[in-house]
Amino acid sequence: MTSTATTIEEYQRGGYKYGFVTDIEMDSLPPGLNEDVIRAISAKKNEPQWMTDWRLEAYQRWLKMDEPDWAFIDYPPIDFNSISYYAAPKSMDDGPKSLDEVDPKLRETYNKLGIPLEEQMMLAGVAVDAVFDSVSVATTFKEKLGEMGIVFCSITEAIQEHPELVKKYLGSVVPQNDNYYAALNSAVFTDGSFVFVPKGVKCPMDLSTYFRINARNTGQFERTLVIAEEGSSVSYLEGCTAPQRDENQLHAAVVELVALDDASIRYSTIQNWYPGDENGVGGIYNFVTKRGKCQGKRSHISWTQVETGSAITWKYPSCILLGDDSMGEFYSVAVTNNRQQADTGTKMIHIGKNTRSTIISKGISAGVSNNSYRGLVQINKGAHNARNYTQCDSMLMGDKCGAHTFPYIDVRNPTAHVEHEATTSKIGEDQMFYCTQRGLSEEDAISLIVNGFCKEVLQELPMEFAVEADKLLGISLEGSVG
Amino acid sequence: MTTMTQNQTMRDNSWLLTELPESVIEHDAARMPKWLADIRRSAFRQFTADGLPSAKQEKWRQINLRPIRETAFGLPADGATDVSEAEVVGHSLPFVDAVRLVFVNGRYAAELSDARAMPSGVTVQTIREALKSESTILETHLTKYVNADDDPFVSLNTALLDDGVVVHIEKNITCDTPIYLLCITTAADGPIITHPRNLIIAEDGAQATIVEDYVGTDGEVYLTNAVTELVVGEDAHLHHYLLERESDAAFNVSTLTAYHKTSSTLSSHTVLLGGALVRNNVNPIIDGEHCHSLLNGLYIGRGKQHIDNLMRVEHRKPNCESRQFYKGILTDESRGVFAGRIIVSRDAQKIDAVQSNQSLLLSEAARANSMPQLEIYADDVKCTHGATIGELDEEALFYLESRGLAEPQAKAMLVHAFAGESLERMNLPVVQEALLQMLTQRLPFTSAANV
Amino acid sequence: MTTPILEIRNLHAGIEGMDIIKGIDLTINAGEVHSIMGPNGSGKSTLAQILAGRDAYEISEGEVLYNGKDLLDMDPNVRACEGVFMAFQYPVEIPGVKMTQFLKAAVNSIREHHGKEALDAVELMGLFKEKAKLLDLPNDLMKRAVNEGFSGGEKKRAEIFQMAVLDPTFCVLDETDSGLDIDALRTVAEGVNTMRNDKRGFLVITHYQRLLDYIVPDHVHVMVDGKIVRSGGKELALELEDKGYSWVDEKLAGAAG
Repeated sequence: MTSTATTIEEYQRGGYKYGFVTDIEMDSLPPGLNEDVIRAISAKKNEPQWMTDWRLEAYQRWLKMDEPDWAFIDYPPIDFNSISYYAAPKSMDDGPKSLDEVDPKLRETYNKLGIPLEEQMMLAGVAVDAVFDSVSVATTFKEKLGEMGIVFCSITEAIQEHPELVKKYLGSVVPQNDNYYAALNSAVFTDGSFVFVPKGVKCPMDLSTYFRINARNTGQFERTLVIAEEGSSVSYLEGCTAPQRDENQLHAAVVELVALDDASIRYSTIQNWYPGDENGVGGIYNFVTKRGKCQGKRSHISWTQVETGSAITWKYPSCILLGDDSMGEFYSVAVTNNRQQADTGTKMIHIGKNTRSTIISKGISAGVSNNSYRGLVQINKGAHNARNYTQCDSMLMGDKCGAHTFPYIDVRNPTAHVEHEATTSKIGEDQMFYCTQRGLSEEDAISLIVNGFCKEVLQELPMEFAVEADKLLGISLEGSVG
Repeated sequence: MTTMTQNQTMRDNSWLLTELPESVIEHDAARMPKWLADIRRSAFRQFTADGLPSAKQEKWRQINLRPIRETAFGLPADGATDVSEAEVVGHSLPFVDAVRLVFVNGRYAAELSDARAMPSGVTVQTIREALKSESTILETHLTKYVNADDDPFVSLNTALLDDGVVVHIEKNITCDTPIYLLCITTAADGPIITHPRNLIIAEDGAQATIVEDYVGTDGEVYLTNAVTELVVGEDAHLHHYLLERESDAAFNVSTLTAYHKTSSTLSSHTVLLGGALVRNNVNPIIDGEHCHSLLNGLYIGRGKQHIDNLMRVEHRKPNCESRQFYKGILTDESRGVFAGRIIVSRDAQKIDAVQSNQSLLLSEAARANSMPQLEIYADDVKCTHGATIGELDEEALFYLESRGLAEPQAKAMLVHAFAGESLERMNLPVVQEALLQMLTQRLPFTSAANV
Repeated sequence: MTTPILEIRNLHAGIEGMDIIKGIDLTINAGEVHSIMGPNGSGKSTLAQILAGRDAYEISEGEVLYNGKDLLDMDPNVRACEGVFMAFQYPVEIPGVKMTQFLKAAVNSIREHHGKEALDAVELMGLFKEKAKLLDLPNDLMKRAVNEGFSGGEKKRAEIFQMAVLDPTFCVLDETDSGLDIDALRTVAEGVNTMRNDKRGFLVITHYQRLLDYIVPDHVHVMVDGKIVRSGGKELALELEDKGYSWVDEKLAGAAG
């Protein structure tokens, strides 16, 4: 409980502490979505023709698709023509050549968020790509990583500098027409991170992208691509925040991971987009497609997420276990309070032999929120000796929220062994009384019990994130004590 | 009406929608009381508006209804049946003391039935008889519990409901004699569709056992679309058994809805063995405190059978307990689906609900789907669910073999043990023993070894 | 030497309209060990729960002063911070929360209440080690989740261990002896005895006299049907053991007649 004191302080300060707005001159496209807008985005990024064509193709596909309606979430129809698809600080026009040239206002913004862009101030051993609305502002430690052959840059830069890699892998895990939001993203994505770890290289530091939505009426559509070649490994972290506003804003990202033979990718997310206020006004619609392909033998992809923000979360970080002996993992904590809605989980598609997957999901619902786990475990015909273990636990705080579990298990190979366990519980009065009898305040007691409940997931997070996540859980459940 | 039919033709070309004449509904209506005729008409409208379910609907995602859609079914003719007494005995479970009501192609066959005098306080009638009597039970209860949302088969059953049984057990009466419904379908002259409809009312403190048994002749194509509504009164105990042993080319869609009042107990046992395409819906609505609801199921698939189970346990009141134990054994190219949902409403605190689905896959091409789901709106509940899918436990197999059992024998023993857990939860020896025999014939490996 | 730590005055309490405590007066001075004995359902455990601050009970009459302050007005955690400790009859399991993590939070919460600096990990571990030795706790117990998978004896020893770590002024032991074999009982009693001093008060609630062979009380009270019907020295416990609770009942009946 190192963070007990800070948590209390944050309780008192109350609410969402990243809700500020950076006042900065922006270069934005007017709201609306059509082929011209897509061409304009592509032109702003100086993209080659093949990229523009790829976007237009995705747009045509999107036009023919329907918004999914199967999730346990409820929201008014989104007017895709009222959204601006590009917003970038003016000062980014000339493309700052070094970190020193980054607009002081932007630097200040990231300082305020606890993500200083100066390398000497960085948390030890984390390289950061900072994305502000539609553009990447800065990427730290680029050169140091470059010496080892690791590419860590914005996707925009990668399209220019490493077209052969982008062409080969973009859309190879999440095809354009995978789903409605993935198609939309493919057409209008603006920035995001690109990571390439060459054969045999163990990335010496955690790579991190920090996503910030700032501008009003914009959507953020980032695209992240992580490629780990044979025998390499990388740990990637992402964090997200947005200002406190009364309107809903759309965030529709696509993340693709590719792991070749013996490669390992660990992807951790702390999602803390603005969740809206206690009456459900405002907040981010977080409609995200994240998928990793364990393409190589013995490859390993692990997703860890702590989801506390967003008005609505629709997100299923998944693994396609193609290579023999490959392994997929999904560790998730999803907290909903007030009027938040979350429908999140994972898909584990076992294709190769001896593939293994583990799913640990912890859902905590408070206020009048709804929190659903939805997950698919599919064992294909050729996946001999596949193994899956799933555990999903829900905790309810208060009697006005909902906690739901919707697992889908599809087994087509008799040698598979699939196990699913789930429980629903509440914080027991006995547990609360016991803790308070030992001198803990109710808030501390809840925070302690919730952390215990989530421990199996939190321990999967890299150190820097674990402390952050710990605090976040307490803050997100503020006011949920009966 | 014409426009509606045209719309339907555009949407869905299945025989059920294009060829099912409204005149049938109207023709039967002439000999029915107005309230029933109205219910049937409105259900028919509902059915034609909904059409057959599509795979896009969540509840129907795992089942391919094409064979039903593409079959031209005839409606069974009233009157003469060609089932002999000997055939009935051949099909019948060996009860010595049961009331046996035999239905052939959905129509009550009095000459084949054994409706011995019931204890006083117990009334067993066919729907047709009940309609002629003074009883208001049908009008009070029929269609009041079953949910037709998303399930056009229920609407279709109601639209064509014409026969079945009405069982009424009066207050505090214990009916020790099992009530056995044997439904035989013969479709040698071409595919037919039947719509058995049953209503079972156990008044407060009453107790009874109902066995529904569906049989047919292998190779014959037909669709049994059955609906049973149960009302379990305060402190009443109902034991319900459903045995599905249809023809291997037949389709069976059955829906069981049980309405629980305070302190009532229901044990529902379902064994699915036959049929090419089987859909089993079970829906307890627990609308009183201190109830116990047990759903015990066993399904065994072989050949290309598709067996689909949809459980929906609705907890509306606090302090209740529900248990779902469904087990599947799948061989050859068969596929077993289990989708179970526990719904706990906001005020239903202190619910203790357990849901378990275990599937054994015994061949390369068999397939199992499991979707054990929880939808919880109350915070003080204990709900757990679990699913396992896999082949026989190799450790156990090795242990048995190391003690001297041959592999088939060891496998048979384990498969029997797996199925045995389902049988042990039943409390009707005649059914248990008969099932054990059927399983021995049907389960893989067992022909190779005497267990 | 007669500084009262706890003064219970004419306490009446119940749950959901049912009276359980029907007028109790009891003063515990610093340095004293009091024992309350009584048959099942006499209200002993209810009294313990009320002192610790379980809010399920309604106080209909009377007051409880703790070091001169209104105890009933304090939240349970404030009571704990002020030095009230209860060893639970049934310590609850808290999955995922390690014993060390839990105690660290408790110790520092209490220290903060007294305006003291929080202890760092090294200091805490030293403290835990020292106290664990006292109770003969298995090494891995500290690494396990609070009370999870503990045996009955381990749970009770862990309660006394926590008592030693938190260093309270007033301790309530609610049937700490139940379910303990004689060896475990001895260990627990030794732990309690080493904590006895002239500043601390104890209220030991038990059904059986056995525990009082090891934790020798200064005063014994017999509670029947929500009232203290007899008080005396430690010899009262032996008398009670000898003659059984029916003896008190008969005496009561006699008095009423």
